[in-house]
Amino acid sequence: MKLLKSQIEQKTGSGWAALLPEEPEDMWHAYNLIQEHDLIRAKAVRRVSKTSDAGSTSSQRIALDLTITVTYTDFDVGSGQLHVSGRVATENEYVKIGQHHTLDLELNRKFTIEKAEGWDSVALGQLKEACDASRRAQLWAVVLGEGTANICMITEHQTILRQKIEIAVPRKRKGGVDGHTKGMDRFFSTTLSTLLRQMDLPNATTSPQEKTLPLLLASPGFVASAFLTYIKAEATRTTNKPLLALLPHITIAHSSSEHIHSLNEALSSPAITNKLSDTKFSRETALMDKFATMMRLDDGRAWYGPREVERAVDKGAVGRGGGVLLINNALFRAQNVGERRRWVRLVDRVRDVEGGEVRVLSEAHESGKRLEGLGNVAAILTFPLEGLDEDDLGYLLKIFNLLSDIRHASELDISLSLLNISIV
Amino acid sequence: MPPKSGFSRARNVDYDDDDVYDDEDYYDEGGQNAEAEDAMTADDKEQMRIGTIRVREALGNMSDSTSDQKIQEALWHYYYDVSKSVSYLKNKLGTEVKKEKTKPISRFDQAASVADQNAPTTTGMSTHVHVSHVKEPARPAAHRLPLRSISIPTNAAATDFFWDVPWGNVPFNRRGIITVDAPHYKGALLGGSSKLAALAAKRRKEREDAEAAAPKVDSDADSAIAMLDKLSVRTKENNNPSRQSRYLVRRRSPSPVLEAPKEPETEEPEVPQPAVVIESPAQRASASLFASTLCGTDAAAKQPPLQLPDLSMPLAAHQSYNTMDAFSGPSPDDIKRKSKLANGDLAESVEKLAVADEPRTKSKNLNVVDVFEKSGMKRMANFVVLGHVDHGKSTLMGRLLYDLKVIDQRSIDKLRKEAELIGKSSFALAWVMDETSEERSRGVTVDIATNYIETEKSRFTILDAPGHKDFIPNMISGASQADFPVLVIDASTNSFESGLKGQTKEHILIARSMGMQHIIVAVNKMDTVAWSKARFDDIVKRMTTFLTEASFLEKRITFIPLAGLTGENVAKKIENSAGHWYSGETLLEALERIELPQRNVRKALRLSVADVFKGDMRCPLSISGRIDAGTLQVGDVVLALPANETATIKSIEVQDAPVDWAVAGQIPTLHLTDIDPVHLRQGDIVCAPKEPVKLVKAFTSKLLAFEPVLPMPVEVFRSTLNSPGSIRTLSARLNKFTGEVVKKKPRIVKPGEVARVVVQLERELPIEEGMRVVLRERGRTVGAGLMENVA
Ligand SMILES: Nc1nc2c(ncn2[C@@H]2O[C@H](COP(=O)(O)OP(=O)(O)OP(=O)(O)O)[C@@H](O)[C@H]2O)c(=O)[nH]1
Ligand SMILES: [Mg+2]
Repeated sequence: MKLLKSQIEQKTGSGWAALLPEEPEDMWHAYNLIQEHDLIRAKAVRRVSKTSDAGSTSSQRIALDLTITVTYTDFDVGSGQLHVSGRVATENEYVKIGQHHTLDLELNRKFTIEKAEGWDSVALGQLKEACDASRRAQLWAVVLGEGTANICMITEHQTILRQKIEIAVPRKRKGGVDGHTKGMDRFFSTTLSTLLRQMDLPNATTSPQEKTLPLLLASPGFVASAFLTYIKAEATRTTNKPLLALLPHITIAHSSSEHIHSLNEALSSPAITNKLSDTKFSRETALMDKFATMMRLDDGRAWYGPREVERAVDKGAVGRGGGVLLINNALFRAQNVGERRRWVRLVDRVRDVEGGEVRVLSEAHESGKRLEGLGNVAAILTFPLEGLDEDDLGYLLKIFNLLSDIRHASELDISLSLLNISIV
Repeated sequence: MPPKSGFSRARNVDYDDDDVYDDEDYYDEGGQNAEAEDAMTADDKEQMRIGTIRVREALGNMSDSTSDQKIQEALWHYYYDVSKSVSYLKNKLGTEVKKEKTKPISRFDQAASVADQNAPTTTGMSTHVHVSHVKEPARPAAHRLPLRSISIPTNAAATDFFWDVPWGNVPFNRRGIITVDAPHYKGALLGGSSKLAALAAKRRKEREDAEAAAPKVDSDADSAIAMLDKLSVRTKENNNPSRQSRYLVRRRSPSPVLEAPKEPETEEPEVPQPAVVIESPAQRASASLFASTLCGTDAAAKQPPLQLPDLSMPLAAHQSYNTMDAFSGPSPDDIKRKSKLANGDLAESVEKLAVADEPRTKSKNLNVVDVFEKSGMKRMANFVVLGHVDHGKSTLMGRLLYDLKVIDQRSIDKLRKEAELIGKSSFALAWVMDETSEERSRGVTVDIATNYIETEKSRFTILDAPGHKDFIPNMISGASQADFPVLVIDASTNSFESGLKGQTKEHILIARSMGMQHIIVAVNKMDTVAWSKARFDDIVKRMTTFLTEASFLEKRITFIPLAGLTGENVAKKIENSAGHWYSGETLLEALERIELPQRNVRKALRLSVADVFKGDMRCPLSISGRIDAGTLQVGDVVLALPANETATIKSIEVQDAPVDWAVAGQIPTLHLTDIDPVHLRQGDIVCAPKEPVKLVKAFTSKLLAFEPVLPMPVEVFRSTLNSPGSIRTLSARLNKFTGEVVKKKPRIVKPGEVARVVVQLERELPIEEGMRVVLRERGRTVGAGLMENVA
């Protein structure tokens, strides 16, 4: 995304930014940036009916700049289309204030956003990330098993399932493996043709400058390597130049299943991390792995769930020296403004007050989905804590105990703040 | 070359060789085809594909003797005109078939007659036939091309298609050719595969039954029968010499194999006689699709009704084609009517339909439970062979089959030679089970291999599971069909130990959590430790500890020291004096003795689909899987879930032999009609339409954790079903013994703990209370659960 112009006040965060989405991924960013109540200004096409002096009405499509107050956003992951609905906020010749309109944000068409609540740290972070011009990692991945293949596009922030292929492959049967062999051939040929259609390989001669994206094949057992063998054979047989050119960009990795959630494993496998070390998704995957490992140790240094994590932060356990807050960006899209504020505050506190590390995960990646299963927030603590998951009464009792042997005022402060939170 | 895909086993060195091999393979096969395909548009290809299927169907059993290429050439020439291509091919084949097929036929016939006798003997022969067959020049080209199995035409499609086929309007002389060709079908039918042969036998029997049941056949039919008789006599004369000689060969070679007594199959003894009788059913068989077209799919589902329309068909052609048209009138209605029917009265209304259509078949309406209980059937048991990779499971089973003469010496020699060729001679016995090229070249079992053995007292189904951790999904689907496991352990130094950390352990946990209570532990490769009693005792001690921890009762564990490669203590007691310290059972004796779980024959039908394939030319699809509860019989209408589509059981096979019914505990193959293949896939449940399984999107489960459990994505296994899902919430940690809630909403469930969790599925699937599930994450089995209720 290109930042065309912005005017944001450091102190209050009020102001606007004019943005130009340039690639499909930018729609995802826009989706995450635009909140309910924000003001969005963009080109719109609107049908207006005019009543002439003679009294006849004529209907006409007019392109005009519209500003709306957002009520609802709708993002289609597959096509990357973003529809922003709202009410017209500034009147003009054709539309009145308060009328409904849905803006379809499009690539290479600029829009301006003004945050209703001002630009908080998270919004600014998102804006920065969205406009980071450095070349982003992208790759194709096929997770497959016998008869099932998931063709995915993995970008910096999203894992997009482009096509799921399911072909009935008969299993091996006593005295006859023909059905199985034929089934596998059919499966491979369907998968390859679908993949090629999806990848839309650049024709090497016409656009040599376009980079071929790497392709990852992951499967349990030997399916991925058998598929690679098939691709090779097919490339040579058909002397398909773009396909031949793709061959060196294919990597094989292991996954424990053909299901898309196994992408995680493939992405954290050495074969991949060596090639694409510093990508958002490999960092996030590694982080979730680390969290899961600590969770399994069960030594009280890994916690998940909103309440538990907030309590851990309150106790100062997610700070300098290894404290990590993992939070899904879905939380910042909360419809409820208060809810969003709650998470922004937590992030700010960990980062600015506690000195811990904050990682905003994209829930459009598999690692983010895992975090989603854990309640969208998790934390790695600097020291073990127990009982964060106790219900409020038990928790209160604990705090009373704590209060009873208070010696310093500062401790009292902390305890009181804990008390406050649990009462609220 | 790609990296070695995460397998750390040394054997993968073969990898590159295969690639080369595969490439060549591909060129050979694809070569001739390539140009044609390049020049073809997608439309053309589709037409070609459909055309090929149709031609194959029209050719019936004859199609076995022609390659796809020939068919496609013919289609190309005739601009996809199926009927022209068919008659061209038939003419051509009529002359060619004789010389081309002589050699294979004799082998086929052997296989067929073996199949005719009984199940166990079939295996060796058909395996053998298959292997030798691949070398035929016509074959490989055919087997690469996506045919037959592609999109199997539904009955509706068949209806369309058959209107073109010149049954009704060919000049009489050409029709004559068709009938004269009949003996060739017949030859192929008998020999084509053991299944077809078995079916022929079944049809024969059914025809007899039907004749007995419906004596009032109308005059048309009568004359038709007469005509057919004439035909069959004539054709028999024509082919007499060759057939006689084939019979001799057929009868001779397999007979010594027959040691085990077989189930009384009435047709068995009088083989030369039935040969004549079979002929007419064989002819009918090829026309039956047409018949089904005429009479509507419902009628087609029942076998006996097929015969009459079949017979009357040539007559109809003589008289007026229009009568047939009128005849076919009701069928679309029937179809519609049927599809409109709610699950409720389906069975009943289908019966009505059958009655209305023709005076002949319906389901025999057996009281299967009674019949089963009175049948005095042999004890039947299914066991799954488990254990860590390379511990010798397949070899042990190959040995068992060999020693019981299910596999003959010649086939073994052949396998051995082939295995030697790629430097894997030690795998010859394993290759009996490992049949795919991938499995053979890598020396690893990938998917369950099914085989049958029979002893005096029992009939066993062997399910040889893969040991490699990547194939545990397949292992689970195999184990879910078994009554008890045979755990194979490699006694050699370190192997046992590494297995214990690996899949020996995981397999045991899975088997136990599926409810299996008895276990045979085959302490294998004892030859490599010189039959050391100390080693055996040590393994027994450690395994006993482990198994009792996994809650197997000690008295239900049987340990046997044996060697699969050499065969000691498998079917025969050890002769080597080094092993005389052991005087217990052989593996076979233990298999005979082991106690079997109760069969739920009286409950509602539940069959978990293990495989969907095209096993019968005349059925859109066939499925196999274990009947977990209830019974079924030919003619039954069953409901496939989650598709919620009904199908009619056209025929049933158990252990490769046709039967009229099957009961819980058996693993039948069902040939289905009235259903589109898209509606069935592995993991589906086939049940009685009146007592369907509920579809659920989420359910609570009591879960025993083997690994730490968090809310996380998992793979959910329910017998043969494998679906992505997730553990949504950890509701409570439970007391292991009382089931009381110990802690609400635990943040983690640790190994060994029992918890109540909510499992979310990716889509609605048939799972009901009391069903067992296994949850896996990242290739590890994290827990086993019992479905409690819908969440
Ligand atoms: N010495 C000896 N070797 C054996 C014995 N049984 C099997 N083997 C060898 O062990 C190797 C593996 O045998 P398989 O039967 O393929 O093992 P498996 O357990 O079926 O392997 P997977 O199905 O891949 O898990 C082969 O080389 C066999 O020859 C035995 O009793 N003694
Ligand atoms: Mg094996």
